[in-house]
Amino acid sequence: MADTVKLPEDSFKPISADDRTALDSEKIAAPSLTFAQDAWRRLRKNKGAWISLIVLAIVFIMAFGSIFVSPHDPNAVNPSYANLPSKIPGIGINGFNGTLVQAGQRVDAYKQAGASNLHYIMGTDYLGRDLFSRVLYGTRISLIIALVATLFDLTIGVTYGMFSGWKGGRIDTIMQRIIEIILSIPNLVVIVLLILILKPGMTSIIIAIALTSWTNMARLVRAQTMELKEQEFILAARTLGERPMQIAFKHLLPNLSSVIIINTMFTIPNAIFFEATLSYIGIGISSPQASLGTLLNDGQKNFQFLPYQMWWPALVLSIIMLAFNLLGDGLRDAFDPRTKE
Amino acid sequence: MAKYLAKRIFYLVLTLFIVITVTFFLMKLLPGTPLTNQAKLSKSQIALIYEQYGLNKPVWQQYLLYLAGAVRGNFGTSFQFSDQPVSYLLSSRIGPSLQIGLQAMIFGVIIGIIVGSFGAMKQNTWVDTSATFVSILGISIPSFVLAVLLQYYLGLKLGWFPIAEWGGFIYTVLPTLALGATPLAESARFVRTEMVDVLSSDYIELAKAKGLSRTGVIYHHALRNSLIPLITIVGPLAVNIMTGSMVVENIFSIPGIGEQFVKSVLTNDYPTIMGLTIIYSFMLCVVLLFTDILYGIVDPRIRITGKAN
Repeated sequence: MADTVKLPEDSFKPISADDRTALDSEKIAAPSLTFAQDAWRRLRKNKGAWISLIVLAIVFIMAFGSIFVSPHDPNAVNPSYANLPSKIPGIGINGFNGTLVQAGQRVDAYKQAGASNLHYIMGTDYLGRDLFSRVLYGTRISLIIALVATLFDLTIGVTYGMFSGWKGGRIDTIMQRIIEIILSIPNLVVIVLLILILKPGMTSIIIAIALTSWTNMARLVRAQTMELKEQEFILAARTLGERPMQIAFKHLLPNLSSVIIINTMFTIPNAIFFEATLSYIGIGISSPQASLGTLLNDGQKNFQFLPYQMWWPALVLSIIMLAFNLLGDGLRDAFDPRTKE
Repeated sequence: MAKYLAKRIFYLVLTLFIVITVTFFLMKLLPGTPLTNQAKLSKSQIALIYEQYGLNKPVWQQYLLYLAGAVRGNFGTSFQFSDQPVSYLLSSRIGPSLQIGLQAMIFGVIIGIIVGSFGAMKQNTWVDTSATFVSILGISIPSFVLAVLLQYYLGLKLGWFPIAEWGGFIYTVLPTLALGATPLAESARFVRTEMVDVLSSDYIELAKAKGLSRTGVIYHHALRNSLIPLITIVGPLAVNIMTGSMVVENIFSIPGIGEQFVKSVLTNDYPTIMGLTIIYSFMLCVVLLFTDILYGIVDPRIRITGKAN
């Protein structure tokens, strides 16, 4: 040690407050984000998904808000105002101004019915019920069916998938065979058979959809569980003597949450679609209850002359499906940035 | 390969057996009788009718008889149409359904491939955006809404195609379009994602570096490799078409099995419902088996026999 470093005396003094701020300004660091914050940030960047989220929020608020505030009673029959086209005050475009073509002439249907001072945003149906209120009501029923069915299928699918993936071996093989058998019958056929046994109605539709659509969730959750259970933190938990139930809730479920949320976003539109199909065929919701499917079925009968009666429910149904699909895509990209190129 | 095939066929038979058993006992649980006006019939008449359809025997005997019949393709007699065997009813109706289903599948997948690969090639341009939009729209609009719109605008307003009934090829155009929308959208989405992946891989770089033309790279290298995984979604698409056909066939009054299924459900025609359920799952099983085998043949990287993962 020939050279000894001579440090000046003042380098051992505490730095002054001025110097400290000068040092901080050189720091380059973004605030550290949690996984959820990060996903949320990415979701907001995705325009389609963000708009879908807002649209869905509006649809939910309107559909469920209509329990308390509805423009008209969705079931109030008023034959003298039957089949009025949509009329939105202030809009003069044909199709929204309450006029309709009758015997080759465009006439004001509201004047004919003696209701010039009234306006129905989406018009009325063949019994004079306000279509807007009915669409809100139908959307609510469709959403309730889809959400409850999805909730059930979440529970069945996640439990089944976790159990199968965790146990592995023979139990896993048998459980997967069962799923394959269920998958080898088209879902709608099974749903129809179940509804026949349970008698048509809202509860049986929910049960039928829930009992058939969990397979996809179970498969995804199983695959993810098999991957997770090999990882060190699960091994650590096992070594520490945690019970499988505790591991499932504390360690597996949080790590599975993104898969579960994404898949739910695709299960909901599927359930809405199944419900609409069933009601459209005529074994779904029965009157006076209405869903988007029954509204479509009613509207389709008069489509040639009163096309708006089908356009409105079709539009609402398509928008809901579109929004869920876009949101699902956005969430997938947000939770797993690797999938996005 | 032979061992794998034997195993798969064994599973297919087992699946069908379970499907038959479950549907049979489900049908026995169903409320209501097949008699339209039970109150108007005397006891002896009911007994005669029950004997005609074999409903007077104990359930286990009926089950064995049904199973024995099903193996030979005999699904009993329809309740709705007297003296009409279910197998005859179905075999005369399966043709139109198969034709429309296959046409919809082929049309949807081919257009989907074109739309999807254009989207991937012109990534992040307006072409890509509109391709994505088409595919999202195709998934979001239910086939029965599309069917009614097509029927009205192309059929009635423009008069290009017949609005309903069953005749020559021209009658199949609208149902094919309505049913093909979802396969189109799904495959476009799928091909786009795959192709974007493939286009950024090393062998595409190599092909470009070798000086191959753009079309050569796309056609020989990119397209082929992105199409292979498409086989995996053929099964789900088949399910989608089967489901859609039940409503679409009704809208266009096509004498197919989908329309018959809805009719039988509404008239409590149990033997026909059972026969149709079995036919549907048989078709689906065959499609799934076929696609699995095809996948192994087309892509040598996937060895069927050692499916370790």
